[in-house]
Amino acid sequence: MIRVGAVADLPDGEAVVVQGEDPIAVFRIDGELFAIDDTCSHQKASLSEGWVEDCKVECPLHAACFDLRTGMPSGPPAKMAVRTYPVVVTDGVAFVHPAAVPATA
Amino acid sequence: MRSVTVVGASLAGSSTIRALRAQGFDGRVTAIGAEPHLPYDRPPLSKEFLAGTMSADELSLLTADDEQSLRVDWLLGRTATALDTSTRAVTLDDGRRVVSDAVVLATGARARRLPGPTPPGVHTVRTLEDATALRAELRPGARVVLIGGGFIGAEIASTSAKLGAEVTIVEALPTPLAAQLGAEVAGAATALHADNNVTLITGVGVSELLPGAGTSVRAVRLADGRELPADVVVVGIGAIPNTEWLAGSGLALDGGDPGGVLTDAGCATDVPGIVAVGDCAASYRHFTGGVLRLEHWTNAVKQPSAGAATLLGAPAPKPDVPYFWSDQYGSRLQFAGHRHDGDSVELTDCGTDAGERGFLAVYRRAGQPVAVFALNRPKPFNRLRRELAAMATAPA
Repeated sequence: MIRVGAVADLPDGEAVVVQGEDPIAVFRIDGELFAIDDTCSHQKASLSEGWVEDCKVECPLHAACFDLRTGMPSGPPAKMAVRTYPVVVTDGVAFVHPAAVPATA
Repeated sequence: MRSVTVVGASLAGSSTIRALRAQGFDGRVTAIGAEPHLPYDRPPLSKEFLAGTMSADELSLLTADDEQSLRVDWLLGRTATALDTSTRAVTLDDGRRVVSDAVVLATGARARRLPGPTPPGVHTVRTLEDATALRAELRPGARVVLIGGGFIGAEIASTSAKLGAEVTIVEALPTPLAAQLGAEVAGAATALHADNNVTLITGVGVSELLPGAGTSVRAVRLADGRELPADVVVVGIGAIPNTEWLAGSGLALDGGDPGGVLTDAGCATDVPGIVAVGDCAASYRHFTGGVLRLEHWTNAVKQPSAGAATLLGAPAPKPDVPYFWSDQYGSRLQFAGHRHDGDSVELTDCGTDAGERGFLAVYRRAGQPVAVFALNRPKPFNRLRRELAAMATAPA
């Protein structure tokens, strides 16, 4: 498990990046935590720097949108999903499981 | 409603088809595209595609699943020439008439050209073919002159410089982008050109393009008499909406030449069953409380949800804050909201050296934030964009 940090320290509506095999962005949205690949599936950009709305993150580079729950793109220009990762909270501290959730599509 | 004709097969048109299907429309969709291609993404044409790091296939806006999920009859390489609003019939350049229950106007815009004939070697960039032709001429050491220092000009300058060309930008205004960003912010943002050894000449217009001994362009003559030697000239002086074909239709257009199609916030024109989206639409915006024609990529992706909802009688999506971005020299420029001359502006978080250049600019009117611009400051930009979005959705 990869330690993310105290949930209370994560600003709501934003993300922090932890290093798994690939960088993982952990978003806190209305108190809930979501972990996805930090690198956009379209071109190299950090999704943790993206714009979050309605549980979707929009890539800061080309505005590709991904559902934080499923990793699925909601339309152009991205065509591939990003991976999602399980997040657990123990005693107020968030951890990410480094193995991605198998894609459901 | 059992059938829809979408006039325009680029981002706004394809996004409308996506939105119609996502909102449950099961009827027939016919899409008319002037270009011979299925929908493709244009922003990379001045950047990754022009640089040669992205292929034409990668530009596609459709996925393998889309053929089945979108179910579109594509009529490509065909231009719409007339619209009969009473029967919702679209006439094509081959004489065919496409009649349906609803029509989506998504004809976009095209690159504005210099008046009069131009010698070979003078480019505009709007289509895949445009970018392919320019790319073939961007050799290391080529002398490239950009006419117009707006976003497209700046992006092409950036890509050309990266490919080893000697690049000069000529801008008629004292500061490029001053109309969009205000002089102070525009000045700070366009310092990127000097950082990257691109020459920026401002406050002087172009009087003539001089052909060489062959036929190709040899130089650009400026209004003050200076001559800039050039192997390649790229004209980036804006876009004009593709709406001439609607002139006799009776649809209400705005005062532009040609005019954008006037719509309400839901993309409805003044004729029931006809909506307009994207670059060709002059739509009422809740955020500004007025009509604006926007040429932003994000507008062409988001407006279609509203247009589709209007056609299907579904609830309108929440209003958007205008947003666009630009990538230049590895830097990220982002803008959200809408500014007017006279808005106050405050720059913070400034890095002024080449290599770490960046800042955040907040525009205010009567003390309230109305727009935000960032150069390489994505996180604080997002915070402010969120504030603007909250204001846009607050009840009036």
